[in-house]
Amino acid sequence: MKRLAFLLLCLCFPLAWAGGTAAPKIDIGKGGQCVEETQWMRKNHMNVLKHQRDEVVHKGTREEKHSLKNCIECHASTKDNSVTARADSFCVACHANQAVKIDCFECHSNKRKSAWMQGTGK
Amino acid sequence: MSEIDLKRRNFFKTSLGAAALTIAPGILLFDVAHGKPEAVSSSVRWGMLIDTANCREGCNDCVTACNKENGLSGVNNTTNAQWIRKIEIKEVSTGRQVSLPMMCQHCEHPPCVDVCPTGASFKRADGIVLVDRHRCIGCRYCMMACPYKARSFVHEVVTDQNPDVPRGKGTVESCSLCVHRIDAGLKPACAESCSNKAILFGDLNDPNSEISKKIRSVTSVQVRADLGLNTGVRYQGL
Repeated sequence: MKRLAFLLLCLCFPLAWAGGTAAPKIDIGKGGQCVEETQWMRKNHMNVLKHQRDEVVHKGTREEKHSLKNCIECHASTKDNSVTARADSFCVACHANQAVKIDCFECHSNKRKSAWMQGTGK
Repeated sequence: MSEIDLKRRNFFKTSLGAAALTIAPGILLFDVAHGKPEAVSSSVRWGMLIDTANCREGCNDCVTACNKENGLSGVNNTTNAQWIRKIEIKEVSTGRQVSLPMMCQHCEHPPCVDVCPTGASFKRADGIVLVDRHRCIGCRYCMMACPYKARSFVHEVVTDQNPDVPRGKGTVESCSLCVHRIDAGLKPACAESCSNKAILFGDLNDPNSEISKKIRSVTSVQVRADLGLNTGVRYQGL
């Protein structure tokens, strides 16, 4: 039994070490069930967004599931309704950690539509 | 099941219903119209008929509505974007004055699309001429090609955009016929805001649409029809 516990401890240690130092702290907003599996999204969200944007702009297929607006709807922070405002915001936290520049929000709004509407008094 | 249990069940049902009612208005209040997942088709061609007789001189409602909807500053200087503008024209010999809005005419054969080196300027299947800002490099060739001076270049960093209308520095933009509203089944902001109903929006391909019926019965012209661009925006009383 002791040996088994030791073995488990040995297995857990590298995991805890890797997770503790490398993983950024992210404010996931409302979160909940994502449109795809989380691990898959981590790897493929950029391709999904790129594919979706071309389809929407050129063909007008406003499929909401994979839209940037839908991402923001769930993942904008509940504190400031934004996905980029702070260092731990949903998009910024990982992108800063991985040193990948996001261009999306030079044009696209980083806020929930509902929050934006309240802000402009519409 | 005992009577008490049934009462408990009904109590829960009604309280749940009440909770749904109280939550629902909050959600519905901000629920925006949703677009369709199907691609747009060329069986539709969106267009406008502008009745200059109903367009009041000095009225700027369409411009204000456009600016608000699309997040434009509305400040009239040399570098700010302008998607729609009011112009007053006068026939010199007779002195007759006409006021009208001028914007992207959504040509069937758009010169801006012809000249675009990256394919950013394009015409959607339903006749709306747009800029794909993911591809636009900001060369402004389209602005030179447009006979209507309809396009603007974004010179400054843009913040707090409408989530439905992404805009950014370094790209060209113009009237999108409020494509995000059309996809959600609404009219363009200018057409909706015109208190005199001078802007009639509709499907030019549908013979039974209000706009098709009207252009069959009244005289309307295209601006610079000599260029053969077959514009989607037509003017009555020019």
